[in-house]
Amino acid sequence: MSALKPKHQRLVLVVLALVALVGAGLLAAYALRNQANYFYLPEQMQADPPAVGQAVRLGGMVEQGSLKTDNDGVTLRFAVTGNDGSRIPVRFSGIAPDLFVEGSGVVAEGRLAPDGTFVADNLLAKHDENYVPRELEGMSEMQAAKMAEETTVGLE
Amino acid sequence: MMHGFANPKRFLTLASWLTPLLLAAGLVLSGGALWWGLTQVSPDRLMGETVRILFLHVPAAWLGMGGWTAIAISSLVYLVWRHPLAALAARAAAVPGLVFTLICLVTGSIWGRPTWGTWWVWDGRLTSMLVLAFLYAAYIALAQAAAREGVSARIPAIFGLVGAINIPIINRSVVWWNSLHQPPSITMGNSAIDGEYLAPLLVAVVGFSLIFGGIVLARMRALLADIQAEARLRRRASEAV
Repeated sequence: MSALKPKHQRLVLVVLALVALVGAGLLAAYALRNQANYFYLPEQMQADPPAVGQAVRLGGMVEQGSLKTDNDGVTLRFAVTGNDGSRIPVRFSGIAPDLFVEGSGVVAEGRLAPDGTFVADNLLAKHDENYVPRELEGMSEMQAAKMAEETTVGLE
Repeated sequence: MMHGFANPKRFLTLASWLTPLLLAAGLVLSGGALWWGLTQVSPDRLMGETVRILFLHVPAAWLGMGGWTAIAISSLVYLVWRHPLAALAARAAAVPGLVFTLICLVTGSIWGRPTWGTWWVWDGRLTSMLVLAFLYAAYIALAQAAAREGVSARIPAIFGLVGAINIPIINRSVVWWNSLHQPPSITMGNSAIDGEYLAPLLVAVVGFSLIFGGIVLARMRALLADIQAEARLRRRASEAV
């Protein structure tokens, strides 16, 4: 070590400290991986169900074709699906956010009822990572390119 | 090479013409990008008009994280090479970094109300970003106290390095943990953001980054002027005695 210039000694020291720090951070994040989840996925809830009546959050996709409104007009029934096809039925009475639609992400705050239904007090819509203009929705890439071409004619 | 700009005089000559250039170019680009994004692009298929917050929210989030990355790199350079301007650069980056982080938090909250149905949730992404804002506030207080008391700038530099651990956590929070915030739209060479939004977004990022650079240079010049004025006062006081 005595052959090292002070500058290099400091560099080695700082790099070692950083490695230790990053290691500690990664270990902490790894230990937190379950505790820091904002919600249960349906498969997580089925594998390790929370106690009936305990306040938890359930998150996933609203199953296509599952959304129904009861006769009272304010009670919604739908199913939340996870990544592996598992599903949990959900009941919610109240006003849903605008982005709440079938095939879209949702986080329901509430509790599991004894019959396995999730009773939600509140719904949060989850947005996915896609940002698409309204006009281009559902178009194939070729259609979109064709439309872009048509609508920009004469702009030059 | 590293010490080429350690000479404050050489740095000041460079900064004096670079500062207005960065600020002017940044204002033109970010102003143009905001006009483009706020008035010209079409509404999103689900979010409608609220998608326009993207053009302020995303550059602010990136620069909030970029600011602390700059603090960490400057702190490393200061600790290892004792580069005198590096400590100033770290101090200068903290305030704009905090401002951009706060802009990110506020615009995100305003965006969350109509889209998610809530102003705030304690998920991984939002919480780690709030922690970043607190880290900035603590760093600013620490660096200022160290400068005022004449304590070594090594203490804030160490804090700057330790705090950097939060940056990868913010970045990975939506991947590691289930969160209400959506996963990243822009990953290595891929974008889930349509080109119509991506173009003004990238211009806004470049524009706000230039403004950030201009503010850092301007603040470094102000800090240097402070140090010089103080040294002059001290000299005069010692001559009077």
